[in-house]
Amino acid sequence: MNLRTLVWREMRERPWAMLTSTLAILLGVTALVAIRHVTVFSEKEVGRKLEALGANLLVLPKDATLQDYYSADLSGRTLPESHVASILIANLPGVERLSPRLCTVTKIAGREATLTGILPQAEFAKKAVWQSVGLFSNKHKGCTKASHGPKTYDAAPESLADSRSIDQLQGNEAVIGADIAEFAKLKAGSKIVLLEDQFQVLAVLPRTGTIDDTRVFAHLHTVQRLLKAGEVVNAIEVMGCCQDAAGNLAPSLGELLPDAKVVTISQVVSTQVGVNKLMSQMSWFVFGMLIIIGGASVASTISANVRERRREVGTLLALGATPRLISRIFLLKALILGVVGALGGSLLGVVIAMVLGTAWAGVSVTPLPGLIALASAAALVVTLLAALWPARTAARLDPCLCFQEI
Amino acid sequence: MYQLTEVTKRYHRRKEEVVAFRTSELSIGRGEYVAIVGPSGSGKTTLLSLLGGMLSPDSGKVEFDGQSIYDLPLNQRTELRRTKIGFVFQTFNLIPYLTARENVQVPLYLAGLKPDEQRVRAEALLEQVDLSNRLNHKPSEMSTGQQQRVALARTLANAPQLILADEPTGNLDPESKAAVMGIFTKFVADGGTIVMVTHDPASAAQAKRRLRIVDGEIQEEAKSLKRVA
Repeated sequence: MNLRTLVWREMRERPWAMLTSTLAILLGVTALVAIRHVTVFSEKEVGRKLEALGANLLVLPKDATLQDYYSADLSGRTLPESHVASILIANLPGVERLSPRLCTVTKIAGREATLTGILPQAEFAKKAVWQSVGLFSNKHKGCTKASHGPKTYDAAPESLADSRSIDQLQGNEAVIGADIAEFAKLKAGSKIVLLEDQFQVLAVLPRTGTIDDTRVFAHLHTVQRLLKAGEVVNAIEVMGCCQDAAGNLAPSLGELLPDAKVVTISQVVSTQVGVNKLMSQMSWFVFGMLIIIGGASVASTISANVRERRREVGTLLALGATPRLISRIFLLKALILGVVGALGGSLLGVVIAMVLGTAWAGVSVTPLPGLIALASAAALVVTLLAALWPARTAARLDPCLCFQEI
Repeated sequence: MYQLTEVTKRYHRRKEEVVAFRTSELSIGRGEYVAIVGPSGSGKTTLLSLLGGMLSPDSGKVEFDGQSIYDLPLNQRTELRRTKIGFVFQTFNLIPYLTARENVQVPLYLAGLKPDEQRVRAEALLEQVDLSNRLNHKPSEMSTGQQQRVALARTLANAPQLILADEPTGNLDPESKAAVMGIFTKFVADGGTIVMVTHDPASAAQAKRRLRIVDGEIQEEAKSLKRVA
C-alpha cells in the first residue's frame, strides 16, 4: 500500500467518470497540438516554396485567380505568347529569366499527370530580335535585399526543379516529375507517349514535395501544337534578380501588359501565411477555452469526489492520516487526470495532424516535442490548479465524519 | 489513561446553543473495558470524538497518560491516534475499493511500514480473525460479519493501547457479535483498554464498567444490565 495504490484503486473503480472529467482537457490539447502541427509545417512548406521561387512574379490572365497558380495553371485561361517578347523588348531592369508555361492534363500509365510546356533558355538566345535588345542585360541597381532565388544557374535538366528553367529541351524530349517517374517506372532514356506523340525522357527531376512531382515538362511549342492552342501560354514566371527588383517590377509589368494580372510570389504566399496565422491564433483560442472548461470540469469532479468520500477521508484522518496526505491524494488524482488528458490529447493531436496535414494541407507532419511539452505542461498546471481548492477542502475535513452516516 | 476535567462541548444549532457533552470529572484507567450507553443524540459519540483527539472541547482538559491532548499540535494528535488508538465503527468504514488485505494495510502504510512488511502483517492479522481466505475480497464481496472482522484487524494493525468503538455490533448477526466480543475480551485480557458506545445490552454486559449519558451528562454508572436496557 502506498499513495499511488490508494489513488489508483479508487480511480479504477470509476474509470468512465474519470475519463469524462478529463475529456475537455484532452480535447483542448488535441486541438492545439493538431492545428499547431499543421500550421507550423504548412508555414515551413510555404517558406520553403518561397525560398525556391525566390523573387519571382507571375504574369497571369486578367481573370485568373491565385488559386489557378496552385492548381497547376489549369484554369484554361491563356495569354498570348507574344507577351514574353513584350517583356524582353521593354528591357525592364532586374529581369533575370522568363519562363512561359502552358499546361494540360494528360494520362501516363493510366494515371493523370500535368503536361507543362516550357521554353528552354536556349530558345531566347536563338531569336535575333530578342538578342538585339540585350537579353537580360539591364541589371537592377541598388539591390538592398538578397535574392531568395537560385544563386547559380545550372544547365543540367534536373536543375529545373530548383531554377524553374531549363537550358536545352528538344521538341520530342520530356522531363519527368519524381512521382510520375516512380509509378510509370520511367527513367532517363525511356520512351513515353503524350497526347499521341512519342517523347524521350531527358531526365527525372529530384523529388520536391510540390506539384512539380506530378508534372511532365515538354517544349512549349510542342505542347501548343499538340493542343492546337496557338501561340498562347497560361502563365509567365518572371525571375527577378532580388526581392527589391520583384517589388519594383510588378507595377512596370502591370503597365506594360494591361490585359494581364501581375502578382508577386510574396503576394501569393502572404495569403497562405495569413490563413496559417489565423488558424494558429484560433488554435490557441480553442485551447484556452477548452482548458478553462477542462479546469472547471476537473475542479467540479474533484469537489464532488471530496463530498462523496467525506466519511472515507474522516476515517483516514481517524486512522492517523495527516491533512497533507489527504491533500496529496486528491492532487495526485488530478495530476493523473491531467497526464491522461495531456498524453491522450498529444497523441490524438499528432495522429490527426499527420492524417489531415497530408490530406488537407499537403504537408508531411512529424511530432514537435516542444509544442507537445508546452501543451502538456499547460494542461497539467491547469488541472493541478483546478484541484488545489477541493484538495485543501478535503484536508480540512473534520475527522469526526468517520462516526457519521453519510 | 484518560482524565477529563471540567470538559464541556457545545454545538450551535441555528441560534440555539446545545450542550453536547459535559462532565466535571471522568477517569478511565488502563486495562478498563468501558461501555457507554444512552439514548441517541445524548452525546456518546461526542465523548468518543473528544477521547480520540478529534474534537476539541470548548472548555476543560482531556488528558491522555498525563498529557493534555488538545494542547498538542495537530500532527502530534494525529501521531497519537496512529500509534496508540484504534477505532471501530458501526458501519465498519472499510474503504470500498480496497481488498481486505489492503484495508488492513492502510494504517500500516500510515505508520510508515514498507509494502512487504505491511503485507505480511496484514495477512497475519486477517488470519487472527479467521479471514485468511478473504485476503483479496473487497468489502462488497463479504458478509457484514466478515467486514467487521476486517475492520477489527485494521484496528489492531498498529497494536494500539486503546480501542474506541462506536456501536461495533450494531449491524451484526449474533454469531458475528460473539466473534467481535471475543476479540475485545482478548484485547482487554492482553492489557488493552476499550471504550465502547453501544445500544446492545448483551455487548454492554461484557464490559466491566458502564456509563450512562443523558443529555450530554454522565448521570450514573450503570450497575446492572437491566438498568442499561
